[in-house]
Amino acid sequence: MTIIKILPLKQVPSKLAVIALICLFAIVSNVNAAETGATKKSMKLKPVQGQSDKVSKANVFNRLLKKDKNKNAPPAEDGIHDPANEGSHVLQPPKVAYVGLPTTEFGNYVDWVQALQKGYLKPRYDRMDPKVEPLVMDLDIVRPVKASMPDVVFPHKPHTQWLHCSNCHPKIFIPQKGANQINMAAIMLGEKCGVCHGKVSFPITTKSCKKCHSKPKPKNWKPPLSQASVKNPWR
Amino acid sequence: MKLSLDFIVKWKAILFALMGSVAIIMIPQSAPAEYADVVINNYADAAGMRPAVFPHWYHRIRFRCKVCHADLGFKFKAGGNKITMAKIIDGQFCGACHNGEISWSVENCGMCHSGIPGTPTQIHGSTIQKLVAPQYKALSDKKRVQ
Ligand code: HEC
Ligand code: HEC
Ligand code: HEC
Ligand code: HEC
Ligand code: HEC
Ligand code: HEC
Repeated sequence: MTIIKILPLKQVPSKLAVIALICLFAIVSNVNAAETGATKKSMKLKPVQGQSDKVSKANVFNRLLKKDKNKNAPPAEDGIHDPANEGSHVLQPPKVAYVGLPTTEFGNYVDWVQALQKGYLKPRYDRMDPKVEPLVMDLDIVRPVKASMPDVVFPHKPHTQWLHCSNCHPKIFIPQKGANQINMAAIMLGEKCGVCHGKVSFPITTKSCKKCHSKPKPKNWKPPLSQASVKNPWR
Repeated sequence: MKLSLDFIVKWKAILFALMGSVAIIMIPQSAPAEYADVVINNYADAAGMRPAVFPHWYHRIRFRCKVCHADLGFKFKAGGNKITMAKIIDGQFCGACHNGEISWSVENCGMCHSGIPGTPTQIHGSTIQKLVAPQYKALSDKKRVQ
């Protein structure tokens, strides 16, 4: 009661009150945001059968895994487009455009290569003239992989159906078999194949490995044994 | 009670505050936007416009990558082309098509400038964005040999 007398609310400008309240709510909501989405969701869930209420919220089943809950969300609900902008509601929802296209389990969830090759799409190769045909080259390049993964086959055909030679040669790849050093770490960091894969063309996920690693190893292939020993750890 | 009276007087302020805080809470923590949507925000925010959002999926249904990335000279780098409205109305970048002939023209500001204010330049849904831990960096050969 004394506080109310000391701080007569009439004299506090209403704008200040608004700001103070917003700040308070922002702090409260940020505390929530600091936890992972998974934690937040689980708090709403009832305890799973056989799991007692005493299990700490820190021990949720999926601490880090986040699932794509709203695949191909319409623009106004996708978290990037501003729903307060009228244009956002005029934009086409991806699902409407994807009807009938072959699907995959990653990226846009569309198999762009099949969609093009089977004629479901007819994207222009020239800005103005819809009749210009692409310069397609059918040349597969096999890249043997040292590890146990199947060898990588780089197919020129689907790439040249979408891209121009100059998109890759010579800036990303020297056009000579084996002249380029490629490894998975570089790809994940956005270099070499990773300039496109993992950004616009299909991403790097467990389900997409075999798209690139597509040539099985010979039957008698065994992974090379490590030469490291306790005495000589780096060899 | 003075307190409750004051609160009734200030109901407007409280309503605004509530609306503001609801908006803050509603901003999703991980956006489910379409893979390969590019947010371009080098200048837009600073000029009081919403960031521009470029949907790859929509354009690749109509054009092959070659048209933009070879013929029109878009570099493979989100925000790397330093696009401005002056260049667009001169027929460069988006303006090569958004000119009222190949596609609708520039006066439809809200179609491109549709991003949530403050969203940084990015290519959405990229593998790097989805990693749980900071990306793995390969040991340089020097470190490995020792
Ligand atoms: C090669 C030509 C071309 C270029 C370059 C281009 N666009 Fe487009 N864009 C189109 C066409 C064609 C459409 C479809 C127009 C229609 O529906 O009439 C379109 C539609 C769009 C749409 C609406 C999508 C929807 O859901 O309806 C947006 C947003 C857009 N473009 C943004 C951009 C931005 C931003 C840039 C520059 C960074 C850009 N475009 C560059 C050709 C282009
Ligand atoms: C998506 C990127 C990409 C595109 C587009 C592309 N290439 Fe290549 N090209 C490669 C890669 C990767 C290699 C393998 C390099 C290696 O093994 O180190 C290669 C290798 C080559 C080689 C060497 C083959 C050999 O046996 O030594 C030639 C020649 C070549 N490309 C020509 C072309 C031509 C012509 C085009 C356009 C029609 C083209 N490339 C388009 C990525 C591309
Ligand atoms: C300049 C961009 C670019 C680069 C660099 C690139 N790709 Fe691709 N790749 C594409 C596009 C575009 C597609 C079409 C499918 C898609 O967009 O998902 C594709 C598709 C593929 C496919 C699928 C073919 C099919 O039948 O489904 C394989 C395999 C592939 N790329 C392997 C590679 C490998 C291996 C490298 C590195 C040596 C590489 N790509 C580098 C753009 C690129
Ligand atoms: C865009 C094509 C592409 C995809 C997708 C891909 N890889 Fe690779 N991977 C490569 C290429 C290219 C190499 C290098 C081959 C060589 O040595 O020339 C490679 C090499 C590797 C190696 C050998 C070690 C190294 O870094 O050189 C491993 C292990 C590997 N990949 C695992 C994976 C796994 C696991 C996945 C799925 C999560 C995956 N790759 C997805 C293209 C791909
Ligand atoms: C075809 C898509 C498109 C349309 C339509 C469009 N813009 Fe832009 N605009 C862009 C892109 C892309 C950028 C670069 C954004 C950045 O880097 O921040 C940009 C940047 C800007 C900027 C900041 C940079 C500068 O040039 O000063 C302003 C301001 C701006 N736009 C205003 C407008 C207004 C006003 C309209 C409507 C008359 C409009 N834009 C229509 C795509 C578009
Ligand atoms: C209508 C024009 C258009 C088409 C078609 C198009 N792109 Fe893009 N691309 C863009 C624009 C615009 C950007 C963003 C550039 C910027 O922010 O300055 C971009 C950015 C990129 C980036 C950079 C991502 C990053 O930040 O590293 C990659 C990779 C890319 N595109 C690949 C492709 C591939 C592969 C295709 C074909 C399947 C394609 N693009 C088709 C216009 C296009």
